[in-house]
Amino acid sequence: MAQSVSGSHSPTQNALFLALPGIHCGGCISAVERALHAEPGVISARVNLTLKRASIEVAPGIQAHQMIDALARAGYEAQELDGAALSATDTDKRGKALLMRLAVAGFAMMNVMLLSVAVWSGAAEATRDMFHWVSGAIALPTIAFSAQPFFVNAWSALRVRRLNMDVPISLAIILAAGMSVYETSMGGEHAYFDAALSLTFFLLAGRYLDHRTRSVARSAAEELTALEVPRTLDENGEAVAVADLSVGSRIKVLPGARLPVDGVIVSGNSELDRSLLTGESQPVAGGPETPVSAGEVNLTGPLIVRVTAAGQDTSLRRMANLVAIAESGRNRYTSLADKAAQIYAPLVHTLAFVAFVGWFWASGDARLSINIAVAVLIITCPCALGLAVPAVATAASGRLFRAGMLVKNATAMERLAEVDTVIFDKTGTLTMGAPELENLHDHAESDIAVARALADGSGHPLAVALAREAGKAGIQPADVTDIAEVPGQGVKGLLDGKAVYLGRPGWVGAVPSEVTATYLKIGKGAPVAFTFCDALRPGAGETVATLSARGLDVVLLSGDVSGAVADVAERVGISAWEAQMLPEDKAARVAILSGSGRKVLMVGDGLNDTAALASAHASISPASALEAARVVSDMVLLGNSLTPVAQALSVSKSATRRIKENFAIAAMYNAVAIPLALAGFATPLFAALAMSASSISVSLNALRLGPK
Amino acid sequence: MNVLVYLIPISLILGGLALVGFFWALKTRQFDDPDGDSQRILTKDYDDKPKP
Repeated sequence: MAQSVSGSHSPTQNALFLALPGIHCGGCISAVERALHAEPGVISARVNLTLKRASIEVAPGIQAHQMIDALARAGYEAQELDGAALSATDTDKRGKALLMRLAVAGFAMMNVMLLSVAVWSGAAEATRDMFHWVSGAIALPTIAFSAQPFFVNAWSALRVRRLNMDVPISLAIILAAGMSVYETSMGGEHAYFDAALSLTFFLLAGRYLDHRTRSVARSAAEELTALEVPRTLDENGEAVAVADLSVGSRIKVLPGARLPVDGVIVSGNSELDRSLLTGESQPVAGGPETPVSAGEVNLTGPLIVRVTAAGQDTSLRRMANLVAIAESGRNRYTSLADKAAQIYAPLVHTLAFVAFVGWFWASGDARLSINIAVAVLIITCPCALGLAVPAVATAASGRLFRAGMLVKNATAMERLAEVDTVIFDKTGTLTMGAPELENLHDHAESDIAVARALADGSGHPLAVALAREAGKAGIQPADVTDIAEVPGQGVKGLLDGKAVYLGRPGWVGAVPSEVTATYLKIGKGAPVAFTFCDALRPGAGETVATLSARGLDVVLLSGDVSGAVADVAERVGISAWEAQMLPEDKAARVAILSGSGRKVLMVGDGLNDTAALASAHASISPASALEAARVVSDMVLLGNSLTPVAQALSVSKSATRRIKENFAIAAMYNAVAIPLALAGFATPLFAALAMSASSISVSLNALRLGPK
Repeated sequence: MNVLVYLIPISLILGGLALVGFFWALKTRQFDDPDGDSQRILTKDYDDKPKP
């Protein structure tokens, strides 16, 4: 349901992007490309297996859902991706520029290292000086080019009188290079060109990994408005802009259209699909005097609606505001890396300064003191710290991506690891959000044939599901004539001169049952009920069981009626559930839980979940969710199954553990190296060894998370 | 040690060649889909003519 709504809003464009979570081999590439090329209007299609994505060039007017249908027939699940956001990352200039700087730094580092090996192994006098000069000739232009990102960041932090990680980095690089030039010109023994370059290289590597993870993350909060319909029809069927409507104007809403405003029905009968707004799985009947709100879909009959709120005052807009407020709260989260940097940056400066003052006081030799201060700066420089987080984040998000989950937010993994309560939405999250016929085989084949003939005449979700199931069972529609849809009630027709009805219980004279059902009445006979249930999402039961087994509190919050919620809760095994929750109630419940110190993971898909998704500690939504919900979520499930949720929790736990281990490794190296540097024993060789060893061991530790 | 006059420039030029090669590969988008490329070479789809 959500998919078809969001799909209909995709603009006319020539490039489409689809996510293909299910592809994994060369055969898939060929099959997908062949299926897409076979579609009319496709100019070219190319699959990217690394990104599990297809980019398709199409003739104007071709919509993404046609491509998705074609791939579904070929046996591949596909989801539309936001073309605008992707092309922004595709022509990723910043990423390419970083890679370029990294390559230059790597090249220079290797050359200078080779020259340094000669110095370490005992080159002396003129040879050593020449090697130093050659190293400097390579190192200085390289530093000027490759280390620019650090200098720029450090400068922008210093300008507003703040310290960030880039300040000690820039200071160390510049001082090391400057000191080395001076020492070389004096014919000195120690030059740190290689250290300055390897610092640049390792830190750029961390920066590049960090950038890659972040570029997947997209900015949130803008797409809620895409849901709002810009134009609608006035009473006489003329198109008017929604912006021109005011309280009291009357508009006409055709079947299948989404309501643009809040209002009251003046005339007409129909049924309204509120599932995206409230989570109610069953359409509600609407007639004169029924209040309606923006975002609901009119299902069966045309309606005339008197506007009670438009523009900024509609419930949809109020929801958007609620989301904006909740978002700002989450942005205050401090990541582990930031916490480390806050302790780290002042400490390094203090240490280097203490080394300089201490040695100057003890020896009175400024050159020696500066040399030692520079050695301290280089050795404490956060190579390992700079790699500790990005390397882990890259490995972990790569692993989740292969499991079918897109990590959108850079700090999502850390927040997810702290989660102790999981809240699920019902309609569209735990369930597929589409009704499924339960009791087809309780009925006589002749009854089903009549029901199918009537159901074929309606676009109501229950009728569609009934017709589909009957078709699957191979039952042909009976010969019913004069089929007419009665808005808000059902479908009627004539069978051998007898009137036949399919519709609401009140209309056919049946006793309404507890469960979702539609009723068939043939002539004067007693009505029979076709009952429906909402099919569970694959993996829902196992996911809930796994989460409970790990000791997490699992809660089900739904806007639907108690009966339906209780049924689903029982089927998936959740004991704590609550029904008829308004969107504000869900957000408030999340806030209460957060207030009492719980860390909440919200899993939801509807517009009624967006505020809760945004205010929760971490949030996940399925790809079928409304764009608004996906935008505020930290992670998006690309496939149909819920199983990656449990996996995401365990991967994020181990990722956070790795990050902490990496900090511990870096701290350990520093604990050994700093006293030596302070004591003046640090040589360029020692600095190079300590730096490389800690960076490499941190990267290797991160890779332990790799593919499994 | 006079041999260094040749050897150092030679090593720099060889390394520089590799660097230029890397830039070329980056510009021609050869790192966009490493997984896909390793699989595509095994399919028969484009044996007769390259993908347009």
